[in-house]
Amino acid sequence: MVQIRVQEEIFDPGEEVNAFSRSLQGAGAMVSFTGIVRDRPEGGLDALEIEHYPGMTESALTEIAAEAMERWALTDALIVHRFGRLQLGEPIMMVATAAPHRGDAFASAEFLMDYLKSRAPFWKKEFVATGEAWVEARAEDEEALERWQGES
Amino acid sequence: MDVLYFAWVRERIGLPRERVVTDAATVADLVEELRAREDRYAIAFSDLSALRVAVDQDLADFGTSLDGVREVAFFPPMTGG
Repeated sequence: MVQIRVQEEIFDPGEEVNAFSRSLQGAGAMVSFTGIVRDRPEGGLDALEIEHYPGMTESALTEIAAEAMERWALTDALIVHRFGRLQLGEPIMMVATAAPHRGDAFASAEFLMDYLKSRAPFWKKEFVATGEAWVEARAEDEEALERWQGES
Repeated sequence: MDVLYFAWVRERIGLPRERVVTDAATVADLVEELRAREDRYAIAFSDLSALRVAVDQDLADFGTSLDGVREVAFFPPMTGG
């Protein structure tokens, strides 16, 4: 089963993983990844704001998850992504995947991360004492997609 | 059709969405029309390589036809995750 949630509220990654693992049927491996609000290298982050495109966000995440289900032998997948104003150390998003074997669970979790980083309509803005700035997309994130494109 | 703007595109143009009546055949034609309106549009659309577009909530490119389209969105490269 695929579960997609886009929400403003904070979530507890541990509780999410527990609930996900309890819902599994026929899986022998489960992988989860959580993204966390980190400080800037130079420090001073007050908050992170995430804007998204209501409507498209849900459908883009659903499509990405459906592709993962098709490419790997997954039993279940979960994507939770927040929007709004987030504080340092808070979870931003998580993915969890479950499969009969670990290889599929690991690979599909990485695939989901790579795709939702640059193909799901979210935009991050950092707030510091001196002002605010949109986070720029990184070339490495775009390159990370290429490794999935040659494979079938 | 509805035209939506996100992130710095929204900030530069100064509004999140607007209704646009247009005969533009493609996204690129729509961009040309918007650019000609006012400086804030010209600035927002000055470098198309820095912009992404979605047509009816699907990622698209600037050559995409607007035939029957209800919603077009412009935004910078996405930074999810």
